[in-house]
Amino acid sequence: MTNKVGGIIGWVDSRLPVIEFWEAHLSKYYAPKNFNFWYFFGSLALLILVLQIVTGIFLTMHYKPDAELAFASVEYIMRDVNWGWLVRYMHSTGASAFFIVIYLHMLRGLMYGSFKQPRELIWLFGMMIYMCLMAEAFMGYLLPWGQMSYWGAQVIVNLFGTIPVIGDDLALWIRGDFVVSDATLNRFFALHVIAVPIVLLGLVVAHIAALHTVGSNNPDGVEIKKNKDADGVPLDGIPFHPYYTVKDIVGTVVFLFIFALVVFFAPEMGGYFLEHANFEPANPLATPEHIAPVWYFTPFYTVLRAIPNPFWGVVAMGAAVFILFLLPWIDKNVVKSIRYRSALYKVNLFVFLIAFVWLGYYGVQAVTPTASQMALRLSELYFLFFAVLAIYSTRRSAGYYIMWFIIFVGLITLYDVFRNNPEIAELTWKTWIIPVAYLFVTLIGAAFTNLDQDKPVPERVTS
Amino acid sequence: MSEHVVDTGRRKMLTVSASVVGALGAAVAVVPFVSTMSPSARALASGAPVEVDVSKLEPGQKIQVEWRRKPVWIVRRSEEMVSLLNSTEERVRDPNSDELAQQPEFARNQERSLRPEVLVLVGICTHLGCSPTFRPELAPADLGPDWVGGFYCPCHGSSFDMAGRVYKNVPANKNLEVPPYKFLSDNVLVVGELDEGAA
Repeated sequence: MTNKVGGIIGWVDSRLPVIEFWEAHLSKYYAPKNFNFWYFFGSLALLILVLQIVTGIFLTMHYKPDAELAFASVEYIMRDVNWGWLVRYMHSTGASAFFIVIYLHMLRGLMYGSFKQPRELIWLFGMMIYMCLMAEAFMGYLLPWGQMSYWGAQVIVNLFGTIPVIGDDLALWIRGDFVVSDATLNRFFALHVIAVPIVLLGLVVAHIAALHTVGSNNPDGVEIKKNKDADGVPLDGIPFHPYYTVKDIVGTVVFLFIFALVVFFAPEMGGYFLEHANFEPANPLATPEHIAPVWYFTPFYTVLRAIPNPFWGVVAMGAAVFILFLLPWIDKNVVKSIRYRSALYKVNLFVFLIAFVWLGYYGVQAVTPTASQMALRLSELYFLFFAVLAIYSTRRSAGYYIMWFIIFVGLITLYDVFRNNPEIAELTWKTWIIPVAYLFVTLIGAAFTNLDQDKPVPERVTS
Repeated sequence: MSEHVVDTGRRKMLTVSASVVGALGAAVAVVPFVSTMSPSARALASGAPVEVDVSKLEPGQKIQVEWRRKPVWIVRRSEEMVSLLNSTEERVRDPNSDELAQQPEFARNQERSLRPEVLVLVGICTHLGCSPTFRPELAPADLGPDWVGGFYCPCHGSSFDMAGRVYKNVPANKNLEVPPYKFLSDNVLVVGELDEGAA
């Protein structure tokens, strides 16, 4: 590298390697040339993070983290602060937008095998970012001190109370009081505006640093670093800047267009982004008729409700999140991209997506016997996806597939017999068909057809 | 001049012992920070007993008072409500109030109360802390033909009978809590204090 740059940049560069940084991460950072639509969401997540930090800073200038004043201070922001409504709606819409973008970003990783060797650490950092975002969203939701804020926090903090032995003391410590109160609001504010954002920023740096060490995956799942020209530049790579910076600007414009539509015309999104009950101040003496978490938590919330024992419900919900961390060690198939995976893999992934969205749907619905049976069946599908994914790590013998089919069907049936409740027996056995049919297609289908065969992966990226 | 011989064993011992002492110090320094998050002296001090006059309470009516910032329900049960407790005996998880933490000793009876007609409960679901709704009616459309009156939690579908006893096969697994209380006179009770003589 030449050090012949003059002027201010040259002066700075001889004291701080800004040019080296620029080249390493932008102008000479080679990314695969075949990125598609799905590769917008990483940069969009970064954009929303900045948006949330900026709008958050301006909100803290007017918000009061005090149980007596909080609700009124949010109304004050909405009515009296110049443009306060805009800043707050950007922040609240940004929260939902963040999860939409992150879920799509995670789905991209799932589809193209971006979590696989050598990108396990990127995935782990990403999952930690996701956990931080959930904590951030949960604590931020308490701050307006509406009815849903209050009772949502009450329920989630009490989840910790279900842990045997230490649970009650732990929940008490988290709240700092016997019920959710001013002490809880105050600490959630501190964690929401300082502690978690700092951790989040650190994790984002780690996520990107790890990504730039191993390089990006792509829709073909081909390692571009395996084919380099004489100068060591990947043949299928193009410099991130200007190619992908320009591409991402297109994504940014489209995103901001949609974002603005929501902010200006539907900031409550029919009660899904801002729940109606939250327009009433928190009342510790009356739970709203129907409480549901904000949409982005609902799939996990349904898993919680599917198990009729408080502690095991929490364990199941925790496992539903935690199992995602293990993905690089569950799916060991060498074929990364969905483009070259077997037909049955695609079925498996598709069922998983349906189950996840459907779980989310039940999370906002009231509990009925049918809903809780379906919640259990969909939770079973959610977890079985990972089991089948592990089995698909390589092609197996027919006997192996059949063995696991029998084991899983046996376990599901055993649980149904064990929990057998005469009042819902008919429902139990009617819905039993759901996981069994799924296992039949994915495992027996694999045993007796060629649909479990992956396709050959090309040497170079295709387009 | 003496030779500079590095005593690696000694260096290692010093490094390890300095690290251990430093780590211990850091660990101890965490204690006050963690402790600041526990309930403060002010939070611990709040929670005085509450007096309630139940003379105006009609049979089947529920009132709610606040004790330690939690909702406390007082229900005057009709004779029919009390007698229906026999019918739920088989359907509840803990009919004899064997879970000792959920009520004072005096409430370990079928009615879970001092007087059969007056029910006093902490109105917080033992599942995840929502406040259940009072559903005294018989067999309403949404709760099914077997419903004989009780409490229903809209959050996760837990249900309790007219003595706050939890039904089987619902998310909650403990009876609703009976707070300590005593009668000062025929019509006045105080929540938050036990009758020392009787207990």
